[in-house]
Amino acid sequence: MAIEPITKVTGTAIHVPGSDIDTDRIIPARFMKCVTFDGLGEYAFYDVRFNPETGEKTNHPLNDPRFDNATIMLAGINFGCGSSREHAPQSLSKYGFKAIVAESYAEIFFGNSTTLGMPCVIAKKEDLDPLKKAVEEDATLEVTIDLEALKVSAGDISISVTLPDSARHALLSGKYDPIAELIANNDQIEATASGLAYVQ
Amino acid sequence: MGKTLYQKVWDAHSVGTLSDGRTQLFIGTHLIHEVTSPQAFGMLRDLDLSVKYPQRTFATIDHIVPTENQDQPADPLAAEMIDAIRKNCDDFGVTYFDLKSGKQGIVHVVGPEQGITQPGSTIACGDSHTATHGAFGAIAFGIGTTQVRDVLATQTMAMEKLKVRRIEVTGSLRPGVYAKDVTLHIIRLLGAKGGIGYAYEYAGDTFDHFSMEERMTVCNMAIEGGARCGYVNPDETTFEFLKNRPYSPPADEWDAAVARWKSFASDPDAEYDDVVKIDAADIEPTVTWGISPDHGISISENIPDSADTKNPEEKATIDEALAYMKLPAGTPIKGIPIDVAFMGSCTNGRLSDFREAAKFLKGKKVASNVKAIAVPGSQITAIQCEKEGIDQIFEAAGFEWRAAGCSMCLAMNPDKLIGDQICASSSNRNFKGRQGSPIGRTILMSPVMVAAAAVEGKIADARETFDVPAA
Ligand code: SF4
Repeated sequence: MAIEPITKVTGTAIHVPGSDIDTDRIIPARFMKCVTFDGLGEYAFYDVRFNPETGEKTNHPLNDPRFDNATIMLAGINFGCGSSREHAPQSLSKYGFKAIVAESYAEIFFGNSTTLGMPCVIAKKEDLDPLKKAVEEDATLEVTIDLEALKVSAGDISISVTLPDSARHALLSGKYDPIAELIANNDQIEATASGLAYVQ
Repeated sequence: MGKTLYQKVWDAHSVGTLSDGRTQLFIGTHLIHEVTSPQAFGMLRDLDLSVKYPQRTFATIDHIVPTENQDQPADPLAAEMIDAIRKNCDDFGVTYFDLKSGKQGIVHVVGPEQGITQPGSTIACGDSHTATHGAFGAIAFGIGTTQVRDVLATQTMAMEKLKVRRIEVTGSLRPGVYAKDVTLHIIRLLGAKGGIGYAYEYAGDTFDHFSMEERMTVCNMAIEGGARCGYVNPDETTFEFLKNRPYSPPADEWDAAVARWKSFASDPDAEYDDVVKIDAADIEPTVTWGISPDHGISISENIPDSADTKNPEEKATIDEALAYMKLPAGTPIKGIPIDVAFMGSCTNGRLSDFREAAKFLKGKKVASNVKAIAVPGSQITAIQCEKEGIDQIFEAAGFEWRAAGCSMCLAMNPDKLIGDQICASSSNRNFKGRQGSPIGRTILMSPVMVAAAAVEGKIADARETFDVPAA
């Protein structure tokens, strides 16, 4: 189960405004009726992309054709809060996003995204604001997230970002999907199990 | 120095340290439901893996089950999901509490009911409200589907250790104040992000006196406070509850099990990363006014007004919430008309919730403009309510009495708000669109407060509606 290390993500970006964007907003529960994750991309942010009463497109940035090819999302505080559903990062990933830069993330969302190989880096508001502004002004601006240097650069902007060590290491070493390593420890798993009365 | 329950359970279940520095944690009990498991079984098949400990994996269906007629899935997709979990449990030898078993229900109601949820264990489920099981002194995490795959394949997952915050509530709750108010109060106090990076240990004599169901209500919403899990140390109340349940230890192993369970409780000299103290007498019946569970106020307070704050972020949050909720700033929350009353969910869909609400609903009538539904959390809860005549009290009052499921808590089934209906709800989330309509509005509260709102047709103080004596 070899997985490619992720050291850099480069692409154009889109700013999705607001804080506390919860997973119900990212993918409304009614689209979770699925037995595979394929196809979830088209429902990302559905209820804010389409007017719930008329079904018409709203002025949400994801509807702005300038940002059609964006692969990096810029967001606010506590992104991905709410339900633990992995459908949320899956729908963003299937939509085409490769990474997120935000002020902070909900824990479960962060973990799920890392496992998918979609880095979620953390930036300070004062650093993120000019980047958001630059991206809104020029949708073609190329943004690079460098996970080794922990920098995000775009044009003449270069900001420092953070990423918890474990997630950073996992992405850089291509071990963000831990399954192979978990399986390899089978003997230790069984040893731990044998010490637990309720498991017997 | 003593250890917390969290530390002890963590130590007992640590398999080792992974190369990324995280711990490989053994998950003793894995609960699964129809929404987050089919994709994980799919990944398992893709990787040609099997379920490592099928005897430690338990399944039921709850999210998409229709509550009017359980056997008639609302649409082909719902039917496909039910078929998928049946087939997956069959193929991999997993215990499945099906509709016909008489044991089906919301996974967080079923686990404790069956005695599967036990002190000192680790529990995982692809559902954020897995924290509920912490009421038994278990460390219980909500996990994503890829982690469901990991736990299916290895009975372990990669985890980072949490800090522990002890939340101590002392004293008696005032009449008309319930466990739901305690949990809403804590979230209001510490914020929806306050618990990030923490496990919450709920303690103090208020919790000591709580029933298991009350403890579950509080632990259930640990996640709404940002905590990854919440727990209460196991005690006699816990053991009493577990006695004679189908999956509890049998009589000849009982004493040994209790001794083991007791040993997991936090030591009196355990050290915590943080301690918060709350006086139970300060807690009022609490309701939400906005779109995040920490938008809580007591029933006697006014809806916030962004004009009253100087903090621009707070201003924006209040304005956004009130624009969505279409509620008038600065006016009493009491008296806001409602359209729907929902009694149920894994927060408050248990026997004691229906008993308590029935006590007050007896002889009362739901306001004519309100659609009111009562949805037991499990088939066993439903049957017990029906034995006690609780269903009849609800029906006589004008509630629809439904079959077990998540129902209108998240509306992945036919129970949904329509348009911008406003719902007095005993569930746990008031996010935008949570109850099925993208513009539907939710006001969270205790079951008795839902009953009061249903009767009055508007947000009400249950202590007044039902003449609850002050002390
Ligand atoms: S009742 Fe609501 S919160 Fe609980 S498991 Fe079902 S959908 Fe989730």
